[in-house]
Amino acid sequence: MIVLSKEKLPIQKEQDVVLFRNRIKELATKIGMSLVNQTKLITAASELVRNMLRYGGGGITHLEIISKSSIPGVRLVFIDEGPGIKDVTLAMKDGYSTGKSLGLGLPGAKRLVNEFDIKSEPGKGTTVTIIRWKNGL
Amino acid sequence: MERIPILKMGPFLLVTIQVDLYDRLALTLENDLINMVSKTEAKGVLIDISAVSIVDSFMGRILGNIASMSKIMDAATVVVGMQPAVAITLVELGLTLSGVHTALDVEQGMELLRGKIGQLDTDEEGLYDSFI
Repeated sequence: MIVLSKEKLPIQKEQDVVLFRNRIKELATKIGMSLVNQTKLITAASELVRNMLRYGGGGITHLEIISKSSIPGVRLVFIDEGPGIKDVTLAMKDGYSTGKSLGLGLPGAKRLVNEFDIKSEPGKGTTVTIIRWKNGL
Repeated sequence: MERIPILKMGPFLLVTIQVDLYDRLALTLENDLINMVSKTEAKGVLIDISAVSIVDSFMGRILGNIASMSKIMDAATVVVGMQPAVAITLVELGLTLSGVHTALDVEQGMELLRGKIGQLDTDEEGLYDSFI
């Protein structure tokens, strides 16, 4: 897997989210991703960035264009230094939420991308990585 | 503070969302709409989301909230113009927007709302006839 481009975008307030979503759209358009796949990727990103703001007190995102066996994709990394998630397995369950939300954020985001990885350590923070390939179903 | 305008047209309220929503903006809209329903005694709310490219779980929940709150206030809500990509994404996300009426475009949405308050319409027509 090769990284073709890489940039960082800090997320500290809600308005940063709009900028972040627009930037993902630009990257996805650049590699020729279909509108449906773009929408799925941006929606997943929107869920994760909200979690980062609400539970992690903001953080930093990495936006990358990557390529594997000459198939391009967009990889997004969400890094916060918040309280972390005590039970990741539970947090990945549909309908589970410690806040007042629907509990669709994490499991929903996972369904919308091709690859999903979450690492969390209580007291240290959470890192979520997602990939959506150009032609990924 | 940024706000989404709400237009009154007869017994209905019209909202066209032309910007990308972020959470606080969506919450403000929810609040403004419910206040307007109460103030104007509107019988229906039409929300046009044809220019919205992303609806995630939070915004989906706000749409659902607006529909349930309006219902309690005796007004019907219809969401129109959802982009196909948004619909596909919402279902995959796990959000089916049950309880929210939808229509393909503003025209059909208005038709649906008129149908919902049809009783009122015919009453008025009857009144008009008796004047003649």
